[in-house]
Amino acid sequence: MITLDVLLFASYADAAGAGRVRVAVAEGARVTDVVDAVRTAAPGLALPSRPLVAVNHRYAKGDDPVGAADEIALIPPVAGG
Amino acid sequence: MRTALVGAPIDIAALVAEVSAPANGALSLFIGTVRNENDGRTVDGIEYNAYAPMAERELAALAREASERFDTQHIVIEHRTGYLALGEASVAIAVAHPHRVPAMDATRWIIESLKARVPIWKLEHYTDGTRQWVVQGHSAVQGSAKMDHGEDPHA
Repeated sequence: MITLDVLLFASYADAAGAGRVRVAVAEGARVTDVVDAVRTAAPGLALPSRPLVAVNHRYAKGDDPVGAADEIALIPPVAGG
Repeated sequence: MRTALVGAPIDIAALVAEVSAPANGALSLFIGTVRNENDGRTVDGIEYNAYAPMAERELAALAREASERFDTQHIVIEHRTGYLALGEASVAIAVAHPHRVPAMDATRWIIESLKARVPIWKLEHYTDGTRQWVVQGHSAVQGSAKMDHGEDPHA
């Protein structure tokens, strides 16, 4: 298993009551596995069915692999400008 | 070309000076400002929150893409973070080009792309003391869903 601190922002951080959530996933896990682990670890965080995820500051696809050294963030719908 | 997230008021005159050059016959400037109402509620100010390293990376990528699409190096984008009062500039985009159409098209393309993909969020503060994260309209949600598959919503 690898441990990841997944970053949360804005409405997600408010819903979870924290700016990050720690999850454990299996070696070889993919982005969707991390999202599922976050759903379990932070049930108060009502994520959409397919939330945007960034890995190392880039938007990632659901089947992208993740490793222990990656910075993973859940990105709420953006609203800049 | 230069992009930045900034914590202090945007110096519009400095942006204009930065993209100005003798070969440019046009300079297009877009300034987004904090409005006093949204969805029928009276707004006091807006707190801008960013995933800073990713927002900076996305802003830089937008400037590079705009430079290629509209054929100019004279692009500056600044976006504020932190609490902004009514009327303050939250974002400024300056593009200069030899001709007006690409200059104007580039500023429009940059602001629409910025709203669709740069990880920045607005917490609106209302006059009744409540606060709420702003959710963009339907089109932004569609854009986000497309990006889940690694596509550029503006491609």
